[in-house]
Amino acid sequence: MKPVNQKAWLLILPVVLCVAFSAVLPLMTVVNYSVQDIISPERRVFVGTEWFKAVMRDDDLQGALLRQITFSLSVLLLEIPLGIALALSMPAKGWQSSAVLVVVAISLLIPWNVVGTIWQIYGRTDIGLLGASLAALGIDYSYTGNATHAWLTVLLMDVWHWTPLVALLCFAGLRAIPDAYYQAAQIDGASKFAVFRYIQLPKLRGVLMIAVLLRFMDSFMIYTEPFVLTGGGPGNATTFLSQYLTQKAVGQFDLGPAAAFSLIYFLIILLLCFILYNWMQRVGTADKSGADHG
Amino acid sequence: MARIELDLAHAYKPNPQRDEDYALLPLKMTFDDGGAYALLGPSGCGKTTMLNIISGLVRPSQGSVRFDGRDATTLTPQQRNIAQVFQFPVIYDTMTVAENLAFPLRNRGVGPQRIRQRVGQIAEMLEMSAQLDMRAAGLAADAKQKISLGRGLVREDVSAVLFDEPLTVIDPHLKWQLRRKLKQIHHELKLTLVYVTHDQVEALTFADQVMVMTRGRTVQIGSASDLFERPQHTFVGHFIGSPGMNFLPATVVPGAPAGATTLGVRPEYVALTAANAHGAVAGTVTQAQDIGTYWLVTSKLSDGHVLRARLSGEQAIPAVGDSIWLAVVGAHTCYYKNEELVA
Repeated sequence: MKPVNQKAWLLILPVVLCVAFSAVLPLMTVVNYSVQDIISPERRVFVGTEWFKAVMRDDDLQGALLRQITFSLSVLLLEIPLGIALALSMPAKGWQSSAVLVVVAISLLIPWNVVGTIWQIYGRTDIGLLGASLAALGIDYSYTGNATHAWLTVLLMDVWHWTPLVALLCFAGLRAIPDAYYQAAQIDGASKFAVFRYIQLPKLRGVLMIAVLLRFMDSFMIYTEPFVLTGGGPGNATTFLSQYLTQKAVGQFDLGPAAAFSLIYFLIILLLCFILYNWMQRVGTADKSGADHG
Repeated sequence: MARIELDLAHAYKPNPQRDEDYALLPLKMTFDDGGAYALLGPSGCGKTTMLNIISGLVRPSQGSVRFDGRDATTLTPQQRNIAQVFQFPVIYDTMTVAENLAFPLRNRGVGPQRIRQRVGQIAEMLEMSAQLDMRAAGLAADAKQKISLGRGLVREDVSAVLFDEPLTVIDPHLKWQLRRKLKQIHHELKLTLVYVTHDQVEALTFADQVMVMTRGRTVQIGSASDLFERPQHTFVGHFIGSPGMNFLPATVVPGAPAGATTLGVRPEYVALTAANAHGAVAGTVTQAQDIGTYWLVTSKLSDGHVLRARLSGEQAIPAVGDSIWLAVVGAHTCYYKNEELVA
């Protein structure tokens, strides 16, 4: 029989305590709210899954969820190819490389609410460069009045804000490819596209996976920028999930439904990330299936 | 297949002034069609630079590269029709072995029928026919290196195959197999092969002609026995052999040719001898190591120089601290002046 040493548990105790204090217990509070109707601090009624059923039937929530999924997919479809293209066109060495890196990284250093404010001004038709230019071209642009314009502006703002992150990750990934690959490709007579398709893209798989997951999670939880820019409007055209949740919890003080929805929100992100991660892993390891019978 | 002539110098810096600024000092060299050459030297001696100049990956800052008499200085590797195998195996991860081998032909617009035929032939030659449909990414390093080589050979009429330390990442027991494969391919295809290495055993067993390089200069070109018996430069004596040549001031024994300042003798040709014998020096043994098939005896001369001798175990081996006499002058003794061989 193996000797049993229960003292080892003591070693993980600090971690267990930390995680419990910072993550598990707060989450349990949310769970607690989600199954009770709290009328006043003294009066609370256990309602079971009623809040969950209620929020699932909520049309506003379904609208926000659909809007959110469309937004996150658009973000990925725009930012990933753009980021790769940007990384490919960045100079690889010398002072030019450092200069470009700094310039590209600027938007990442700006706080979210400032980004919202910048675009709020940028899009104004009276004093903003973008708004005034569009107006001068004869386009009746208004991110506060037109739902499509508001939506496109929020999307453009996110692309402006976060494509550099994808570009920086891809840039790092590209620099990690040994020169011999490019030299071999040159000797094999590969075209520029073949180099991209058969060397650069496969070698970027790892960083692209990180980029997709980060951009997906972040965009799925987007709050501050649209809140500052459009306040979720016009109507609820740019009200995304987290803003909807905030309205419920802080605005209307519907703690029960808000808690129930928080849990659903959390599970959606977890599930989608799990699916994405596994899918991308499989795309990668399909390349290596030969190793199994090798 | 081609005869390659180099008449060039190369510096990575603009405006080279001193010898140290050059990666390759001015040189003239000819690689005959169908020959097997090795470029041997320590890291940073310029051998990879020379290889990349031959392949066209690097353009020399001065001079020209000629293929079969035609100027190829400005041609790309593809135009020169060169194959090159790198230190780390380069394979296309997402492709199968067959697709990897077909890649250079596909890029050149060869028809599918012909591609299949060539890939089949090359795979057979490399003994990889069974692995053709496997993903190349999952293979071991030696198989990957064979694919890199195969991608070069699959093209007909490659001018030359260049190897840049191709066995560095290969397991020792597979090294000799791969090296044998290379020799066999050389025999079958009669290609010009240029092989860069810092391993003297690899260079001497692989090549007909070995070029020993140091600090951007080729100090000797010759066969294995030339390099061993008559090192043209003290660097060659020191670099080739295990351990390298012994160097002593020419004055330790009488009879040095006029002008010679240094005497060189290989540890293989140093022998124990009687006291005060002609051409012998006295020393004290500082180390005696049993290397298996021979003993390596290190002794210190009275003037502080160290002399190593390879002695067969059949004779009495002196112990540490013994005073001995060692013969250093014989048929195999070389004399040097300014590091160059004089006699």
